[in-house]
Amino acid sequence: MAEILLPLLKGLGVSFQIFLITLILSLPLGLLVSLGRMSRNGPLSALIRIYISIMRGTPLMLQLFVVYYGPYYLFRIRLSPGYRNIAVCIGFVINYAAYFAEIYRSGIQSIPKGQYEAAEILGYSRAQSFLRIILPQVIKRILPAVTNEVITLVKDTSLAFSISVMEMFTAAKALSSAQSSMTPLIAAGIFYYIFNFIVAFLMERLEKRLDYYSI
Amino acid sequence: MNVLEMKNVRKDFGSLEVLRGVDLSVSEGEIVSVIGPSGSGKSTLLRLATLLERMDFGSLSYEGIAAAYEDEGGRSVYASLKTLKDLKSIYGLVFQSFHLFPHWNVLQNVTDAVIHVQKRPRAEAEERGRELLSRMGLLEKAGSYPCELSGGQQQRVAIARALALRPKLLFFDEPTSALDPEMSGEVLKLILSLRELKIAMVIVTHEMGFAREISDRILFMAEGSVLLSGPPEEVFRSENERMKSFLSRVQSF
Repeated sequence: MAEILLPLLKGLGVSFQIFLITLILSLPLGLLVSLGRMSRNGPLSALIRIYISIMRGTPLMLQLFVVYYGPYYLFRIRLSPGYRNIAVCIGFVINYAAYFAEIYRSGIQSIPKGQYEAAEILGYSRAQSFLRIILPQVIKRILPAVTNEVITLVKDTSLAFSISVMEMFTAAKALSSAQSSMTPLIAAGIFYYIFNFIVAFLMERLEKRLDYYSI
Repeated sequence: MNVLEMKNVRKDFGSLEVLRGVDLSVSEGEIVSVIGPSGSGKSTLLRLATLLERMDFGSLSYEGIAAAYEDEGGRSVYASLKTLKDLKSIYGLVFQSFHLFPHWNVLQNVTDAVIHVQKRPRAEAEERGRELLSRMGLLEKAGSYPCELSGGQQQRVAIARALALRPKLLFFDEPTSALDPEMSGEVLKLILSLRELKIAMVIVTHEMGFAREISDRILFMAEGSVLLSGPPEEVFRSENERMKSFLSRVQSF
């Protein structure tokens, strides 16, 4: 059993790293992207629309391939094998930032115009009214949609398999082939499930904490 | 010097002329009510005065400082954003549908701008906040959230929020139109009690009895123009046909 569990747990550690780095970087990046998407600067907004459309319209696995093999295929730049870990993070962050951007946008656009006007009359600067008044309400509104994305992200980390990052699914697949056994795959499935169970629990607690008011 | 001075104000929305040359001046401590049928441009006038929207023609100044002046053709030219921001401290606005900040409790709603816009110490802001809330009869609600309050209570908090910044002029945009009659009574009584604060008020309202009682002057607007302006008795007794038909319609129920 230990010969299954140890590699799996090691892989889980890598999966968790991909998960954490993606969240930490794509949540703020997504906010910036959504602001750019809604900006009155036409070319910027159009460029970001195209970016979001590509990220959502093509498979994440293909995007990982492009980020990982692109530098060599396009420019003949040879990168060290360690680059695959960076490539996987870049791929995930730019993909998830696009999804989060659309979630932020839906949240920001759902805030009534009166909130902006009240803030303006009271003399808040634009940055103040966004950070103090709009954003806290946006976060509450978009939390259920964000939870969905975060749960999908946990499962999506297995796509790093496609560029041979040693995360949990890669480990499970290798063990399973070597032993001609289903057990490693089932064990990995259980780990993914527990991971998401914890994620859902934490997000639910966060939602409850913001339940003190209704909009 | 007048607190507010608007001259030759014109505003179009596409081909629709909403205001066709309106003048409005308000002296210190003066209470002016703006009445008239819907679509007469009352609310637009308020949105232009409070800089929520920009006029096409005409001038606008607060305490002699121009927010917008007329160029040779009469078109409005607005002052720098810095000037406009400074002028915002002179006036406040109470909205028809309150627009309280739902994620803050009542006291935070009243004090946050004092602390973060006017940069006053928190202790001072909270003391003033509590004072205003007790004036509004809402001190025991200081820790409640807007969603826990009735419409009338929310509007009273919104009035406290505006007063907390010590404006010299307070605009009201149909402050009781979103309230049922019982609650609008309590809010109207409260606004009447603000007379002793001696701050100027411009009130857009459909409550004729209230307008008559509180105002120093009444403006009657129709189709984007001011048809009558004067003391309440004079305006309500006017022989103007538009005014008479307006009054008969609002008072027929």
